[in-house]
Amino acid sequence: MDPTAAKYIGAGIACIGMGGAGVGVGIIFGSYLSAALRNPSAAQGQFGNLIFGFAITEALGIFSLLIALLLLFGL
Amino acid sequence: MQVDPIHQFQIHDMVPMINMGGHQIAFTNSALFMMIIVFGVSALMIGASAPRAVVPGRLQSIAELSYEFVANTVRSSAGTEGMKFFPFVFTLFMFVLFANLIGLIPYSFTVTSQIIITAALALTVFLIVVGYGFWRNGLHFLNLFVPKGVPKAILPAVVIIEVLSFVSRPVSHSVRLFANMLAGHITLQVFAGFVIMLAGAGILGWFGAVLPFAMVVALTALELLVAFLQAYVFAILTCIYLNDAIHPGH
Repeated sequence: MDPTAAKYIGAGIACIGMGGAGVGVGIIFGSYLSAALRNPSAAQGQFGNLIFGFAITEALGIFSLLIALLLLFGL
Repeated sequence: MQVDPIHQFQIHDMVPMINMGGHQIAFTNSALFMMIIVFGVSALMIGASAPRAVVPGRLQSIAELSYEFVANTVRSSAGTEGMKFFPFVFTLFMFVLFANLIGLIPYSFTVTSQIIITAALALTVFLIVVGYGFWRNGLHFLNLFVPKGVPKAILPAVVIIEVLSFVSRPVSHSVRLFANMLAGHITLQVFAGFVIMLAGAGILGWFGAVLPFAMVVALTALELLVAFLQAYVFAILTCIYLNDAIHPGH
């Protein structure tokens, strides 16, 4: 296979990993929302934890994006 | 008409390059916008709060609100002992926030969409965490990698995973901000390109161009949210990492 084509295909495949991060971020915000609706008074105190969990989960998706960017522009 | 979505991220010289001791020193658009950011933050924080009115005006309210907001974030996630890092976290937050917001203005340059800038910021945080952690706790700082209550059999694997996740922190910390800004601005540019393409296609295209134009407006609103959220995420992650340096035991 042409190496350039393989590079582009690899970058595309690497982006599939972001789907998993999307699912994870959705679960985090969904769980936060359902918990916040059950106990709205406790919701404000957990906002920092929400953002932290979101950032940690998103990091994994970003790693796959990083691989895609490295394949496209770096290597 | 073809629109190049990457063009907006190009760095070019504002004044001709100077050769200084084998290094090329240039005043780029990136440097210009960083100076604008620093000037803007200074004007808001020093200029707007100079009157020290008991009943604050609009600008002084913004300055006080942002101060309180970051102070609460630092206090809740790094403890009262973390408040000695408040100036650092506040500077980072305001710089990133202003960089993101100024980058949303059309024809301006987004400083945080350059990986070198975000990497420098994230590495500063990382080195401060490592340096302060060892300075304050000595070798007890390494307890960070040994969680309590883990069975002996899987402890080596857990330690390796903890070390890896610690080392990959500056990578994710910097790439998060960079990738969010880059992806958002490329999306905006692509939809703006649709407007130009459709509007160039004749009178019928003008009506079609309304749709992507509405999308651009909606995306700009979303980007405004992302700009604020990413600055907040950057600040709160800094606090959490600093918290690890201050209280290394899990």
